[in-house]
Amino acid sequence: MLAESLALTAALFTIGVIGVLTHRNAIIIFMCVELMLTAVNLTFVAFSRFYGAAGQVFVVFVMTVSAAEAAVGLAIIIAIFRHRQTINLQDINLLRG
Amino acid sequence: MEPHYSLFYTFHFYLFGVIALGSAIAFVTRRSPVAAALWLVNVMFSLAALFVMLDAEFIGVIQVLVYAGAIMVVFVFVIMLLNLGHPAELAQARGKWWKLAAGVVGLVLLAEIMVISRGGLPETLIVPAAENQQQLRELNPVGVVAKPLFNEYLLAFELTSVLLLVAIAGAVVLGRGRAVRAG
Repeated sequence: MLAESLALTAALFTIGVIGVLTHRNAIIIFMCVELMLTAVNLTFVAFSRFYGAAGQVFVVFVMTVSAAEAAVGLAIIIAIFRHRQTINLQDINLLRG
Repeated sequence: MEPHYSLFYTFHFYLFGVIALGSAIAFVTRRSPVAAALWLVNVMFSLAALFVMLDAEFIGVIQVLVYAGAIMVVFVFVIMLLNLGHPAELAQARGKWWKLAAGVVGLVLLAEIMVISRGGLPETLIVPAAENQQQLRELNPVGVVAKPLFNEYLLAFELTSVLLLVAIAGAVVLGRGRAVRAG
């Protein structure tokens, strides 16, 4: 089942990348990043079955980082929304010259 | 290397894989954030099932608790807090050229990952199969994660707690808003 897991990981990760590139809604882009992180977790678990259980420890670390990222990122989104009344990335162009 | 799998196992593995893939496609094509979030919860659940089938029961439970439970609830909570459900506020997806470029990037990335995953791991990384199986058999599902976590990776574990503390402080400071700061 290693090959199938890796193929599924590749497909899910690619879907996440395409979502990040095509969406303008900041929250959906964030969810696409979460999807990419979870897809990588599947790789760790599939490899840990054959190459040693340490892969599962790394999954725990990835989950921790993604939880921290979600907390801070959503706080930033709320702060931006309070400031600009939108989370459409097209309208958030403060740094555009 | 791989043992023989029963038809029952293979069928369910492919079933959950197809559910995950279909939900991910449905997720990425939604314009409404609420619908997208619920499809993503579906992806998380089917991936948890796959984790359990790959002998990582503890990771499967944590996946449901942390991802489908905690993180996605925070997402839905923020969507409702910002009141983003109205059709007028839904952001249109990017134009045709962006979609085309994203498709090309996606195809290149997919091909790249497929080529890399066919290459296999270097020999030094591979734990002997017998040793690995014995390790998995001796420890229970939690012990498989806990034993390395509190021995070899203790420093990383402690640093993780610092990371979480910083994230909590950062989220509170960012989310507090202007009114409190002025007063």
